[in-house]
Amino acid sequence: MGSIQLQDVRKSFGNIDVIPGASLKIEDGEFVVFVGPSGCGKSTLLRLIAGLEDVTGGHILIDGVDVVDTPPAKRGLSMVFQSYALYPHMSVRGNIAFGLKMARMPKAEIDRKVNEAAGVLNLTSYLERKPRELSGGQRQRVAIGRAIVREPKAFLFDEPLSNLDAALRVNMRLEIARLQKELGTTAVYVTHDQVEAMTMADRIVVLHAGRIEQFGSPLELYERPANLFVAGFIGSPRMNFVEGPDAERLGARTIGVRPEHITVSRSGDGWKGMVSVAEHLGSDTFLYVEVPGIGTLTVRTPGELGLREGDTAVLTPDPARIHRFDANGQAIAS
Amino acid sequence: MATRQTHMLGRILIAPSVLLLFIWMIVPLVMTIYFSVLHYDLLNPGVHDFIGFENYYYFLTDPAFLASLKNTLVLVGSVLIITVVLGTLVALLMDQPVIGRNFVRLMVIAPFFVMPTVSALVWKNLLMHPVSGFFAWIATSLGFRPIDWFAQAPLFSIILIVAWQWLPFATLILLTALQSLDEEQKEAAEMDGAHAFSTFFYITLPHLARPITVVILIETIFLLSVFAEIFVTTGGGPGLQTTNIAFLIYSQALIQYDVGGASAGGLVAVVIANIVAIILVRLVGKNLET
Ligand SMILES: Nc1ncnc2c1ncn2[C@@H]1O[C@H](COP(=O)(O)OP(=O)(O)OP(=O)(O)O)[C@@H](O)[C@H]1O
Ligand SMILES: [Mg+2]
Repeated sequence: MGSIQLQDVRKSFGNIDVIPGASLKIEDGEFVVFVGPSGCGKSTLLRLIAGLEDVTGGHILIDGVDVVDTPPAKRGLSMVFQSYALYPHMSVRGNIAFGLKMARMPKAEIDRKVNEAAGVLNLTSYLERKPRELSGGQRQRVAIGRAIVREPKAFLFDEPLSNLDAALRVNMRLEIARLQKELGTTAVYVTHDQVEAMTMADRIVVLHAGRIEQFGSPLELYERPANLFVAGFIGSPRMNFVEGPDAERLGARTIGVRPEHITVSRSGDGWKGMVSVAEHLGSDTFLYVEVPGIGTLTVRTPGELGLREGDTAVLTPDPARIHRFDANGQAIAS
Repeated sequence: MATRQTHMLGRILIAPSVLLLFIWMIVPLVMTIYFSVLHYDLLNPGVHDFIGFENYYYFLTDPAFLASLKNTLVLVGSVLIITVVLGTLVALLMDQPVIGRNFVRLMVIAPFFVMPTVSALVWKNLLMHPVSGFFAWIATSLGFRPIDWFAQAPLFSIILIVAWQWLPFATLILLTALQSLDEEQKEAAEMDGAHAFSTFFYITLPHLARPITVVILIETIFLLSVFAEIFVTTGGGPGLQTTNIAFLIYSQALIQYDVGGASAGGLVAVVIANIVAIILVRLVGKNLET
């Protein structure tokens, strides 16, 4: 079991309100990702759950029990740090076993659990090595081993993949997601990489300046962003925003269309503009089109297109996939 | 050094200083060796007979030698233990966020800047004096009889003074090491359920192994030749109770005017220092490897 509930959790450092008040409920076994731009309070929120920071106000419930006054070790959570934070003078075995040793588990049982965890993570042949004799990916796996061996109620990850190269990142991403599903343990995962968020999460929390902008499944966030911030943050390339008469005609202050929901042609009805840059990725082409009176719109079209820099293009948004926002930036339900 | 080139460059660059140090060391050493085989008595100037190893024989068979060797080792060992243990504790305290932390740090470091002679005099006349000293005042106001430190516990008194002087050095080195301990590592240990004591024992202490080694090695070099504190307070007495090798050699040369004997003693001291150094490097030197 491992449900985590935040009730109006607040945190200030001095007189700066980093988290002005966050409430959400993470269900048992769920994989929840916190995303948001740098400095928005993702790590702080995670550390509040872990107990490494004291809350300024509000309650944190783990399995229904208020833990704001419980020390970190007693909350039954384990954490994987961005720097891995392995103990440099202990072997891999020592690192993984440390938490169990602190819990005064019998030696034979510790050995069994460590070997089991090492087997799952392909670390068996490295057990006697010191952390500095391992590669980045192996260190990462030791850090994960240290977390799973304690059989916690939930895992907390703080940007665990940010020190790895792109290829390894994809591998570890899959591995962590697979492991979490196998163990069925609740996981809270902090990242600023939206690809990680979209691919790993059951549900995503989008944070902005310490506020929860939206909490929902990846598809929900993509298809029904609650406000301008989420609409602009989720999806790559970014959603196009158009203001003015085009928006007012649809009864909105701002309308948003994703680059992949615009069709391009050489003539016809729609926004007429000039292609300023064309990026050819092979499978897709990104066109940046200057439309007079609106600005630069990004378009994503599958495959190659005859259009080149300087050509005239006509853009037609898919009317069913236009997002409308009011003057406060909130989405208008259609 | 990673590559052969950097290795080579390193050697070339340190060559001048090595050469200078070598000359600096070798000239006095050769002169000492030369004096040590002469009958060279300041009371009989002009008579410089070659007497072979006789000076060594007299120095090594002198009962004062063994006594002072023992005193030297006790002094070095005790001061090392006191400064490392207390230094670690004080450094841990100073690493905590307390009000006026910078001022506290300055105060703790202050003794290191006091000259050994001055601090020995302060201890002797202001703190440990059996009649007018601060300790005596405390003892009498509590109704006890004051201790005559330099008569009743002379070596212990010297150890106290020297340890007081070297505590700041140990504290300072250990404090900088503590501050370089990764915060996330401590947090990881906290999440793993380690309490203050286990965190210290399993995380902090291993991290301090290297700086503690540095403290031990550097302090030993200086502690083997403690002189001013003994000279100012006890003059090596009562009897031989506070005479260490350095003081013995001094008394040989300038109290008994026996330059030859003192030179032989000096060379014996060099050998002892080397033995101690080798033992230390064997014991704790592995901590310095990366
Ligand atoms: N100990 C602290 N004292 C004062 N301010 C802090 C402290 N820790 C964090 N902050 C502030 O709180 C805000 C949120 O920090 P946090 O580390 O949670 O950001 P983050 O979302 O994890 O960013 P990143 O993606 O860059 O890691 C930042 O503006 C930061 O300056
Ligand atoms: Mg962070």
